Amino acid sequence: MFLVPNAVVRFFHRMASPPHFYVFTECVMPWLIVIFALLSAAGLYGGLYLAPADYQQGDSYRIIYIHVPSAWMSLFIYVAMAITAAIGLIWRIKLAEIIAISSAPIGASFTFIALVTGSLWGKPMWGTWWVWDARLTSELILLFLYLGVIGLYGAIDDKRVASKAIAILALVGVVNIPIIHYSVEWWNTLHQGPTVTKMDKPSIHVSMLIPLLFMALSFKFYYLIALLQRVRIELLRRERNSQWVKTMLLESK
Amino acid sequence: MMKPARKKRLILIAIMVAGASIAIGFALRSFNDNLMYFFSTTDVVGGKAPKDALFRLGGMVIKGSVERPNDGMMVRFKLTDFSKDVTVEYTGILPDLFREGQGIVAHGKLNNQGVFVAEEVLAKHDENYMPPEVKDSLKNKSITSKGQ
Repeated sequence: MFLVPNAVVRFFHRMASPPHFYVFTECVMPWLIVIFALLSAAGLYGGLYLAPADYQQGDSYRIIYIHVPSAWMSLFIYVAMAITAAIGLIWRIKLAEIIAISSAPIGASFTFIALVTGSLWGKPMWGTWWVWDARLTSELILLFLYLGVIGLYGAIDDKRVASKAIAILALVGVVNIPIIHYSVEWWNTLHQGPTVTKMDKPSIHVSMLIPLLFMALSFKFYYLIALLQRVRIELLRRERNSQWVKTMLLESK
Repeated sequence: MMKPARKKRLILIAIMVAGASIAIGFALRSFNDNLMYFFSTTDVVGGKAPKDALFRLGGMVIKGSVERPNDGMMVRFKLTDFSKDVTVEYTGILPDLFREGQGIVAHGKLNNQGVFVAEEVLAKHDENYMPPEVKDSLKNKSITSKGQ
């Protein structure tokens, strides 16, 4: 609390209150959508049109502009989900619980996209759709962790209890995140080693790297947009009997 | 400051995550050999690979070692991990990315002469992405630096 400026602390306190959060997210949504559209347009144009073909794979490598950002997001969203779930568990902040469960379906979708695009690329490049190496298997376990979180939440009627249950599951599953990332270094795998996220210089030409970073950023914004929309709906559902929801709905009529 | 109840929950969660990590860490260590997708050529030469059983062998195809004896479908090449070499024989269609100097993973078993007879060959792509012109200029550079 010493290092964070007071204004930032106050902002987070206000955001933790559902009515403030609801109004604020409604205001920022159009901006987020514009930024997302611009970033993904730039990333796709750069990746599919401007970037040169690869010296070995030709044009087939262009699937990395979807595959790699999706795989990064599958890990990023899991960590975000686990952190907010832990905050919900420790501080009992309702909004943190809602952010955690709302992240799960988005993370599961990105994991699924990463697995499917990887498989489509694997057939012509490796010569197989799927192998049980450490990277592919641990990423598949990540998908099951997401599905487990979604299923567990749905199975418990009291949503505050359900949030505690998924927090435990999500936190235990965090162990899988470093395993996925380092699997290609700890064990022999068919999947190649890291290209961008390594200590050394990235092993990708800069003309191919820039569109990739644009796509990665645009996927982050997509997550934010999808997350906020889900959180707003879940918030209304949980708070449907509270005064602020009633007043707001009456005012909008 | 943090309230005692919250602090207790935070500590419990930290212990739970640490415990799970340690348990899984030990489990992975003990299964380490099973998690390897392939054996290296040094393992095979050193006799670590299973005899009379199928296993996977990974390595880099040595430049200039690929030959097709009898002009048939059978390909013979040498794999290396830059320390020991193993000869591989394979009958069938090779993947697109199979070329000399490239990593591959072959599935098969050793015969009595110590030759690895592969039933399946997969290309292992490396982590390098670059346009063809850059690759060419890199090649020229390495040639000139060798010439000096």
